[in-house]
Amino acid sequence: MKTTGRVNGIISNIVIVKTDGAVGQNEICHVYCGTTRMMAEVIKVIGDEAYVQVFDSTRALKIGDRVEFEGHMLEATLAPGLLSRNYDGLQNDLEKMDGLFIARGSITDPIDFEKKWEYKPLAKVGDKVTAGAWLGEVQEQWVAHKIMVPFIMQGSYTVKSLAAEGSYKVTDTIATLQDTDGNEYPVTMVQKWPVKQAIRCFDEKPRPSRVMETGVRAIDTFNPLAEGGTGFIPGPFGAGKTVLQHAISKQAEADVIIIVACGERANEVVEIFAEFPELVDPHTGHKLMERTIIICNTSNMPVAAREASVYTGMTIGEYYRSMGLKVLVMADSTSRWAQALREMSNRLEELPGQDAFPMDLSAIISNFYARAGLVKLHNGHTGSVTFLGTVSPAGGNLKEPVTESTKKAARCFYALSQGRADSKRYPAIDPLESYSKYLEYPEVREYLDEHIEKNWVDAVYEGKTIVQRGKEANDQINILGDDGVPTEYHERFWKSELIDFVILQQDAFDAIDANCPTERQKMMYNMVLDICRKQFDFADFEECSQYFKSLINLFRQMNYSEWKSEQFDDYRRQIEKFVNDKSAK
Amino acid sequence: MTTRAFQKVYTKIDNITKATITLRASGVGNDELATVGGRLAQVVKIMGENVTLQVFSGTEGLATDSEVVFHGEPPKLRVSDALAGRFFNAYGQPLEGGELTEGEAREIGGPTVNPFRRIQPSELIATGIAGIDLNNTIVSGQKIPFFADPDQPYNAVMANVALRAKADKIILGGMGLTNDDFLYFKHVFENAGALDRIVSFVNTTDNPPVERLLVPDMALTAAEYFAVDKGEKVLVLLTDMTLYADALAIVSNRMDQIPSKDSMPGSLYSDLAKIYEKAVQLPNGGSITIIAVTTLSGGDITHAIPDNTGYITEGQLFLRNDSDTGKVIVDPFRSLSRLKQLVIGKKTREDHPQVMNACVRLYADAANAKTKLENGFDLSDYDERSLSFAKDYSEKLLAIDVNIDIDQMLDTAWQLFAKYFSKEEVAIKQALIDKYWKA
Repeated sequence: MKTTGRVNGIISNIVIVKTDGAVGQNEICHVYCGTTRMMAEVIKVIGDEAYVQVFDSTRALKIGDRVEFEGHMLEATLAPGLLSRNYDGLQNDLEKMDGLFIARGSITDPIDFEKKWEYKPLAKVGDKVTAGAWLGEVQEQWVAHKIMVPFIMQGSYTVKSLAAEGSYKVTDTIATLQDTDGNEYPVTMVQKWPVKQAIRCFDEKPRPSRVMETGVRAIDTFNPLAEGGTGFIPGPFGAGKTVLQHAISKQAEADVIIIVACGERANEVVEIFAEFPELVDPHTGHKLMERTIIICNTSNMPVAAREASVYTGMTIGEYYRSMGLKVLVMADSTSRWAQALREMSNRLEELPGQDAFPMDLSAIISNFYARAGLVKLHNGHTGSVTFLGTVSPAGGNLKEPVTESTKKAARCFYALSQGRADSKRYPAIDPLESYSKYLEYPEVREYLDEHIEKNWVDAVYEGKTIVQRGKEANDQINILGDDGVPTEYHERFWKSELIDFVILQQDAFDAIDANCPTERQKMMYNMVLDICRKQFDFADFEECSQYFKSLINLFRQMNYSEWKSEQFDDYRRQIEKFVNDKSAK
Repeated sequence: MTTRAFQKVYTKIDNITKATITLRASGVGNDELATVGGRLAQVVKIMGENVTLQVFSGTEGLATDSEVVFHGEPPKLRVSDALAGRFFNAYGQPLEGGELTEGEAREIGGPTVNPFRRIQPSELIATGIAGIDLNNTIVSGQKIPFFADPDQPYNAVMANVALRAKADKIILGGMGLTNDDFLYFKHVFENAGALDRIVSFVNTTDNPPVERLLVPDMALTAAEYFAVDKGEKVLVLLTDMTLYADALAIVSNRMDQIPSKDSMPGSLYSDLAKIYEKAVQLPNGGSITIIAVTTLSGGDITHAIPDNTGYITEGQLFLRNDSDTGKVIVDPFRSLSRLKQLVIGKKTREDHPQVMNACVRLYADAANAKTKLENGFDLSDYDERSLSFAKDYSEKLLAIDVNIDIDQMLDTAWQLFAKYFSKEEVAIKQALIDKYWKA
């Protein structure tokens, strides 16, 4: 018997329900408004009254309206057929909804239950298996989608029978498992998992040791993101968070990309809908959409579902990680998620923390970031979830609760600066404020030694020092005037400008410059660094600035040229000559 | 409104605050409208049999025995082509009197367009103002506010933009509009012979502030009728959204909600997003473009209202007085149109993106030179040139009284480049320099 209840209070999307039986915290229920059935989640229980947040508008709801409790928490449906789909925050397929407007209580299947998949068994009868073990696989787009022992099954089982290779629907039984007491359990290709809990079917979570290429020089060269690592991008509006996230989602070296549009603009998601089916993944040559899942809860969609959307995205990410894949989960923006928490907390009349956010905001954020990571699966394979979130700090001030809490949890910090955005120095990642803790990892250093070149990390720090010293020189010039400092100061400043213009700045809207693979980054960075190491002999500061402006112009033309094309080599030769003619022997 | 048979009537109010009343009632739906002592009110909270209503025009003079009549439905607007050319108050009642009886009554503040059914905006809206068309191109289906101090001529600029934009319908949502500004809009539209394309919902400073909360939803319900049902290109003007947010703060304060930043309600972001996200390009060719005004206090964009707005809208247009030329310009540094990438260089000439960026970069160099000058340092030759460039750029392109087409703007920019700089200093792709450089 399901617990039922009656509506006894309504404050915006919080509904107070008088219940007739047991209810669980975070249990899902359905609220009936006439014939409309709306999903809701229990967020507080006092006596026989459950406070539920409705994932929809409560307009016209009345006291006494019927509520049914479902006996489970908010779950994601995990099965082949998730790739390329566009979901709302509760995993309803947006494409399957009828009509221009999203009607209240719209529920659509997250996957196609009728579609048949070509299934191939991987396990053998008699194998000892635990949750997450691979029983078989189907080809989903170009991903070998593993069919696993449902994560929810505790303890160990023996494979009793396996379906033969052939085509099956996701709901067909493809294996039977037997526990130690002899009970048998049929397994299908579809399983469910409560989104707010982490999937822990792995042996260990080692420290990340590999770098994930994003094609963005300011990230890959200066502050690399590790595979299985975490990073966040705070920045005031207009600083280019979304453009940067889109660039990464197009170029990142990952098997599966999950984009969570959390409380952001619908037109940005439309851009993905329009472009991704056309664009090609630079690493595999397949269409981008084939490896992408979009979870879209735009800012005008119900607030409570916004909170759920990040968890839904992360759960699907963990699911694909368990297949031994490299997953990148991106959420834009986690501040909207935090604001959803604030709205709820406010309506529940909880005592507020800083800026009226709930007191446990910091804990919620770090818990969430901790779900990312590189994992070693039971079968020895590795998989990873790399998480990159954006933060939209109020007033662009980084001393606000969401930024500060996230800073404690994430390992990479890509601060977007208003000053850089104002002078159109995009991406506006501040080279001095930003950091990647992964540069300090010996494992990562080793990896870069091997995959880029020996002592690469030292070269990165050298470049950072040049930028730092350039800024100091510029401060001096601004205080003392162009003539008030030695020409050497100008040279120092212009060397940092060279790194800025050639390496840090990148034109995300240029077909060629937008994506810079590691090999190209290595070459450009070494070229620039070599010039920075040289001593020049300028008569005065005017000559110095003129010289570097010309040099920067040549480098920019080179960045716009196709890799190793004739034009590219031509600019390279011009630069070499230009430098050799001027630098002191 | 006349009382109908099924309506529930109550005559005992338990609590009265400045903006809300609470009474015991049953069978009341959330968000439902009611009339309290002849004034319009809306249900905002129900706890058991206690129903709290927000009285739009304030509770002054209401007595505990005032008559409360529940309407049994949320606020609605009657939509039809007869809306065009008329002026309404915040409740959707004609200002010139009479009832508007034609058309289907639609709930205001209705559901969201499925993001998957939206079309990517791709149609340029030309305004003739270079600060907009050249630097921050507006696209149909976009939402963008003017950020301006109260002393700037934002309403005049907005009226200009609206008339030049070639929209099928212009819907004006006026919140806390002074009577003078309201008459100004009326006058400008009348003079342009555009009155039959205009629908206005106006709450002036004479009206109670809480009424304003209905204006954007009314305006957008009318906009959706013309865009969705009729496939028309609709431009919605909302002025001033800061006063709208102030009204939100008043209500949330009366309802004892814990304020967040700048005494604004914690839900400010969602409240504003619900309005702005109605901007859409539809598959049937219809579109809703929203141009709003958010007034600032002393240019402070870190205040919660402009700050939240900036995160929702697709850019912002920043008006400021340029002391060098004495003109109001669209600030190239702080203004932004996020959707311009969809049209510039595609719907406009190929050199548009690079010319735009080069202009702004050189203008930034001029700003640095100006700082140097103010600090008493000698200027280099380059500094002098960039300062002269900045003055010309500001006068010939950024000023809001300029009215030329985009090709002319680009040509003007190339002329200025050649006049003040070398090709290296402008640093544009060589192929474009070869084609467009004005020797």
